[in-house]
Amino acid sequence: MQPFIDRLIANGAFAGMPVEVVYALMMILFGVLVVFGFFLPIAGVTSWLERRVWARIQSRIGPNRVGPQGFLQWLADGIKLLLKEDIVPDAADRPLFLFAPYFVVWGIVATFVVIPFSSSLIIADMNVGILYLTAVTALVVVGVLMAGWASNNKWSLIGGIRSAAQIISYEIPASLALLPIVLLSGTLSTQGIIAAQGWAPWHWFAFHNPFTFIAAFMFYVAALAEGNRTPFDIPEAESELVAGFCTEYSGFRYLLFFMAEWGNLYVIGAVATLLFFGGWQVPAWTSNTVLLNISQFGVFFLKSYFWVFISMWVRATLPRVRVDQLMILCWKYLVPIGFMNLIGTAIWMVVWPQGNRVVQYGLVILTVAVLVQFSRRVRFHLRRARPELYYSPAI
Amino acid sequence: MAKNDIARYFKNIKDAVATIFEGMTVTCSHFVRKPYTIQYPDRVPVRIQDTLPFRYRGILEVDLEICTGCLACERACPIDCIVIDAPKDQKTKEMLLTRFDIDIAKCMYCGLCSEVCPTGSIHHTTEFEGADFSLESMIRRFVKAPVVAYKAKKEGETDPVVAPILERGMRYIQEFAEPADMKKLKAEQKSAAA
Ligand code: SF4
Ligand code: SF4
Repeated sequence: MQPFIDRLIANGAFAGMPVEVVYALMMILFGVLVVFGFFLPIAGVTSWLERRVWARIQSRIGPNRVGPQGFLQWLADGIKLLLKEDIVPDAADRPLFLFAPYFVVWGIVATFVVIPFSSSLIIADMNVGILYLTAVTALVVVGVLMAGWASNNKWSLIGGIRSAAQIISYEIPASLALLPIVLLSGTLSTQGIIAAQGWAPWHWFAFHNPFTFIAAFMFYVAALAEGNRTPFDIPEAESELVAGFCTEYSGFRYLLFFMAEWGNLYVIGAVATLLFFGGWQVPAWTSNTVLLNISQFGVFFLKSYFWVFISMWVRATLPRVRVDQLMILCWKYLVPIGFMNLIGTAIWMVVWPQGNRVVQYGLVILTVAVLVQFSRRVRFHLRRARPELYYSPAI
Repeated sequence: MAKNDIARYFKNIKDAVATIFEGMTVTCSHFVRKPYTIQYPDRVPVRIQDTLPFRYRGILEVDLEICTGCLACERACPIDCIVIDAPKDQKTKEMLLTRFDIDIAKCMYCGLCSEVCPTGSIHHTTEFEGADFSLESMIRRFVKAPVVAYKAKKEGETDPVVAPILERGMRYIQEFAEPADMKKLKAEQKSAAA
């Protein structure tokens, strides 16, 4: 956005104002725009869609009364939570308790600074974008730990501690998974990484070599764990900890935690997309910049949301892991594999500096083969169970 | 030992990938299955009450036309939610039913009362929507004005009004109080005694 504002300043749009003030105002404006125009609706719609997706998987219907197909359910829920009493327990550490949810939301919303929407729609194309991303999401740990501690409740505390252990552990595999991409693209800037890829699948970093192929899935697993998503949702495990670190929260602050969780889903999808799946890259089908940007936005959004959808699906499929299993998965499996990916990619770059076309095509074909096998298994299950079929997503 | 560990390590990875893959195919197949949800109460094709079986233990009802006033149900009820007043009419020497109350708020739908009823007068319906605003209103009072208790006739019921009710009651007893296996049990006991 900075070049855009610089152009406006050069054209004399803010004559008489100090440059710093213009920047500050613009920052606030874009912040408000992204939070209220994108983050909130996305988090809300995701919460609705998630319930619908689980419902279908569990042969239920899900919310379908508020608005067409229950689409406005998220608004109803939001308003309900806003109107509820915001209870602060007597024994709680009041300032910490009140402030904790903001940290969590902050950590998620701040990532939108470097997450691009299209080739020219990005708040700030920092040259340390990816580093910033991993650093700023660590704020979530602070918030969660604060919430857990300040609630003065054993469930909350255990939830908070678990979450801290989990997020800090999984930062490592997540970072290890994105390092090969940094090697390949030679930049930390999110726009730079996307620009280093192409629109076609075999230009995506996920299919660049077998190591990045593994890294893509590893990143997704680690990101889900960082976002406290099932199957890694032990910090708020309902069957063990009531609601973990948000046990004592109610009303608006409770809403904030869940907004952060659902907003985070989109962030996970967007980061996976920009690192491994070609970001907003589209074929240069038009010379009109506006049209091109709109199509880029669409492509990027669809790819990101695809991963959000997968995470809903995973949540409805896999059971929650135990704490020890969670740590085993991180330290015994993901971290060694992550190092292998890193070294493997480095060697690959030495051997084939331009990348190996055959391997790239091969990986894409492999993916297609896996998908074909997948659909065959799905058909097998449908044949065997002989259920009543109902194809329409609307009920 | 070490070799086994390494083999198990890779087997674990393989198993994880394979089982998650398989699990995802199962849940994916559910996307196109028809949901089972019944959207009670407003979006149902027929009233739920009409889809329930004859033997469903819903809210109790009494057909006063065929109640003999034997008080069997009142005695059978383990929590005393049935109250019957059946005094004898001094002039006609007939038994009158002046009060027949069932407190739905207390009833636990155990079905003991309808099992012992000789005519099937007291029986469960398929109605289950009993919510109300006060406990008082949960008491179902069946006697509006005193009625004469029913007396079984040797030659069978001939009254066109009462006959179908009695027939239904007897069918209810057969289906509800004496399920098929109970009949078999009785027959077995009889043959064992003989
Ligand atoms: S169903 Fe059971 S509890 Fe209810 S009135 Fe009959 S005997 Fe009493
Ligand atoms: S309802 Fe049945 S059991 Fe109860 S008094 Fe009447 S005939 Fe007897």
